[in-house]
Amino acid sequence: MNAPSLESRIRTSLTLSRRWSPFESLFWLFALAAFFIFPRQLLILNEIAILALFAISLDLILGYAGIVSLGHAAFLGFGAYGAGLLALHVTADPIAGLGFAIVISAALGLVTSPLILRGNDLTRLMVTLGIASLLHELANSLGKWTGGADGLQGITMQPVLGRFEFDLLGKTAYLYSLAVLFILFVIARRIVHSPFGLSLRAIRDNQLRAAASGVPPGWRLAAIYSLAAAYAGAAGALMAQTTQFVSLDALAFHRSADLMLVLIIGGTGYLYGGIIGAIAFKFLQDWIAALTPQYWQFWIGLLLVVFVLGGREVIYGGVGAVARRIRSLAPGGRRP
Amino acid sequence: MLTLLFDGIAYGMVLFVLACGLSVTMGLMNFVNLAHGAFAMAGGYVTVVLMQRLGVPFLWTLPAAFLISALAGVILERLLYRPMYAKSHLDQVLFTIGLVFMAVAATDYVMGSMQQIIRLPPWLQGRFEVAGIAVGRYRLFVIILCGLLVLALQYAFTRTRFGSRLRAAVDDARVARGLGIPVSQLFAVTFAIGSGLAGLGGALGIELMGLDPTFPLKFMIYFLIVVTVGGTSTLTGPFLAAMLLGVADVAGKYYIPWAGAFIIYAIMVVILIVKPEGLFARSRT
Repeated sequence: MNAPSLESRIRTSLTLSRRWSPFESLFWLFALAAFFIFPRQLLILNEIAILALFAISLDLILGYAGIVSLGHAAFLGFGAYGAGLLALHVTADPIAGLGFAIVISAALGLVTSPLILRGNDLTRLMVTLGIASLLHELANSLGKWTGGADGLQGITMQPVLGRFEFDLLGKTAYLYSLAVLFILFVIARRIVHSPFGLSLRAIRDNQLRAAASGVPPGWRLAAIYSLAAAYAGAAGALMAQTTQFVSLDALAFHRSADLMLVLIIGGTGYLYGGIIGAIAFKFLQDWIAALTPQYWQFWIGLLLVVFVLGGREVIYGGVGAVARRIRSLAPGGRRP
Repeated sequence: MLTLLFDGIAYGMVLFVLACGLSVTMGLMNFVNLAHGAFAMAGGYVTVVLMQRLGVPFLWTLPAAFLISALAGVILERLLYRPMYAKSHLDQVLFTIGLVFMAVAATDYVMGSMQQIIRLPPWLQGRFEVAGIAVGRYRLFVIILCGLLVLALQYAFTRTRFGSRLRAAVDDARVARGLGIPVSQLFAVTFAIGSGLAGLGGALGIELMGLDPTFPLKFMIYFLIVVTVGGTSTLTGPFLAAMLLGVADVAGKYYIPWAGAFIIYAIMVVILIVKPEGLFARSRT
């Protein structure tokens, strides 16, 4: 009816949501400060940054587009092997490896996207699981190139940008991963707050209605799936480059399952969920592994069961309620 | 060549016994139970414990494996699975993966992580020749036992009152409930039988597939292949799928060992894309 006012309302709301809140700046400043505060924990911080990127990748398709996946490790491993092989045979420049991993993972995502566009959730879960197992098996049997069960060894990376040498403490590794995470995060943030991101959420909430109101689901889902694949590939490349090693473990099923747990802890549908989940998950894993090194999988399983039984939204729903409370108390706060 | 076919059929038979419970529960409650392999593993370990620690003969451990797995199935269904039916597939999958992880780690803790080996009775060991084909005694035993089971299941599924109620509930649970069929109890019984059969399959499969704590994860995808390829509305579908998978797997590993399970997964993905309802499913629309 009054289309212009609706359009301008959408535009205002999108512009508002694009604005950076002080909390966000504080968050990233703290991430940078962690480099100085915890000089001995840089290796685990690096792992957290990589896991966070991987979780953002899954959140892009799960939280924003509603595509379920049980085989997201496929792209992580693909990117990792891509970056590792490039470093071994062509060039050991980290940025080139990162770009290469992003491109090939996005291509793999694009190629496999028709598969996940078909069928219901169940078929998607099976197909993604099947693709991940397929790649795992492929990496295992192509031992000549991938090293099979021994993994891809002997990767030596050149310094980042030709200046920053990778060191044993993980100084360069953490800053490099954090920088990549930040850049990709900003891009993802811009994308999900664009009209394209809005249309994805429309598709997630009701694909039929979205299609009826002129949003074609097919290409948009394929695009976001490829984007998520590219992000996961970037995470894989970071993993391969900073550890200078790629093993079959990168493609293993438990990676995809753990990633789900990360998003359960952090919550889906907002980008910080993946990062918060990654931080919580890594500390949890570290803590449990220190208690019972061999059986930590049991506790991971228990957490999954408890979270699902209690409702997946319990943690971040609770946090969200508190945050809304604070915002409404603050002077001049926007009503949600 | 024929020996290979024979081995493949034996393997497929065990796969069917393992997976048929999953296929029925999936069709009946639309519930994705990735933890199905955990019940199979339970059955396998029942056999191992009874034979090694208590010296029970192999044949007697089979019913025990069935009963204990069925009991575990009933208890878990009543306590944990029930609230899951109304939730999304994603929740169900995460929940059952959690159960699998717990089962794997707990078994590792209790039984150790090594492969379990059982000593078959002498009359089941070795091979004999029939018309130039080497026939393993144990495999022949498995084929006969599972063949009888398949016939019994097919009879129960298609000819008995229980079976016709079950089929009605699988086709449309709401209408079935409206007609006075106690779907919930039906489901509990089916779940128990399915878990029990999985346990039996796990016990029979020790010799063919091996048994260690990672069993539920290793074979999860095989069960899923049987179910997704076979469809969930009949028993013949999963049966044919299990046969195909068994023969293809044994032959594939023999002729193209480097490809490993690659071919199997590729076939599964292709079938899921071409026919998401399963290869042998009746069309539902």
